Amino acid sequence: MSNKPDHQRIVITGVGLTAPNANGLADFRNALLHGVSGVKSLEMRYFGIAPAGLCDFDATKYQKRRDIRNGTRAGSIAIYATGEALADAQIDITQEDTSRVGVFLGITEHGNVETENEIYEISKYNYDTAIWSHHHNPRTVANNPAGEVTVRFGITGPHYTVGAACAAGNLGLVTGAQQLLLDEVDLALAGGVSESPRTFGIFAAFKSQGALAYSDDPAKASRPFDLARNGIVVSEGGAVYVLERLDHALARNAKIYGELVGWCYNSDATDTVLPNSERQAECVRKALKMAGMTPQDISIVNTHATGTKLGDIKECAALREVFGDSCPYTYFNNTKSFIGHCMGAAAALELAGNLPAFEDGLVHPTINVENLDPECALRNLVCNEAVSTSVHAILNNSFGMLGINCVTITTKYQG
Amino acid sequence: MTRPEIQAAMIEILSDINPDVDWNAFGPEDSLRGTLESMDFLDVVMELRKRYHIEVPEADYGKLATMKGCVDYLEPTLGAK
Repeated sequence: MSNKPDHQRIVITGVGLTAPNANGLADFRNALLHGVSGVKSLEMRYFGIAPAGLCDFDATKYQKRRDIRNGTRAGSIAIYATGEALADAQIDITQEDTSRVGVFLGITEHGNVETENEIYEISKYNYDTAIWSHHHNPRTVANNPAGEVTVRFGITGPHYTVGAACAAGNLGLVTGAQQLLLDEVDLALAGGVSESPRTFGIFAAFKSQGALAYSDDPAKASRPFDLARNGIVVSEGGAVYVLERLDHALARNAKIYGELVGWCYNSDATDTVLPNSERQAECVRKALKMAGMTPQDISIVNTHATGTKLGDIKECAALREVFGDSCPYTYFNNTKSFIGHCMGAAAALELAGNLPAFEDGLVHPTINVENLDPECALRNLVCNEAVSTSVHAILNNSFGMLGINCVTITTKYQG
Repeated sequence: MTRPEIQAAMIEILSDINPDVDWNAFGPEDSLRGTLESMDFLDVVMELRKRYHIEVPEADYGKLATMKGCVDYLEPTLGAK
């Protein structure tokens, strides 16, 4: 039980999501416990075919068709996830003081999709820039996904996106918590979104880097820790959480999914692409310190591993350095093996995939591990079948390009 | 194009820009600007440029206020196509 006052404790009271293999927390959890991949084959203009994770949700549930057309895919994902999170938290936003509600969403990148679409469009008109849409600017400003949420739901408090490469989903969550601790807002709608597979550029760049996954069977293309892993599966998705200070949540008798008790974000300061195990381990340790926890207190470590040769090994080295062999009740898993790498949404979705473990006592597996790479053979790495255990704390890793790391720790709410 | 064909072309453009509205239900004198938002109207101008190579100067925007106004305005150009 925490010794902090209730107004300094941050709890999760609502979850909304769309992932390549499910919409909504219950269906997502069910897919992860039953080995359901969301990775399929995608054909893109210019590039050709690649495995990718695309979401299948009803955007018209929260948006008019006009607004879907004028906005962005990331905006639609964010609006859908936010609408579902608010509904899950049983919050009628029209009854809230919306000046005290904030939207904080992590993004890996934004604007590539919209820019490429416009260039493709003017290419059909001999590159006449008079054809360039006036929608380009509101679509590509960096705050777009969060801003679309505020426009849709009439939220007049702060909004911004957090650009943090593939650590963005965690950092969006952390930012929401920080805004609550600063008393800038009473409700934080926080998480991460991605629309990355809607244009070819990110695929082509990963391919040029030798880091794009390929497989005859798309469902087996994302295979972190497996000896045959060959790169990243690019995916889209979004997860938005309703965060509140504990006293606020208790006052309205909210269901509490968990408590965000620790985090850290730091920088490798070594390379634009290659990860740094030392800084990753330091990030994990500092998150543990903030939470007042030891490695032995962690039940699940959700790894960031993306399925690249070097990245997976580097993360495992960092985790061995922190957890060693002295944590018999700490289990390690990976959600990307199901849904690919959802970029700015990755960490936010991966926490959601594990959050129900506080109730069902299961650690979802890492799928597609047919031949475990000895260098990735962490003790208690959960492969291919779920494991039953008592789950009290989830540590969620996320690391991104330019050496940005963000780790969060969420615990079961215990009063 | 005949006047009904020009009107059909306008309805097609309007339906692409705002699919939530039944544009076929608009009478000739009904105001389009009451339903179209300002950004939507810029899309109408853009679609006329893209589909029919018609440039609508800003000074003429008011002439596109109703369905009949659109047909009247476009007929000298599209009527020959």
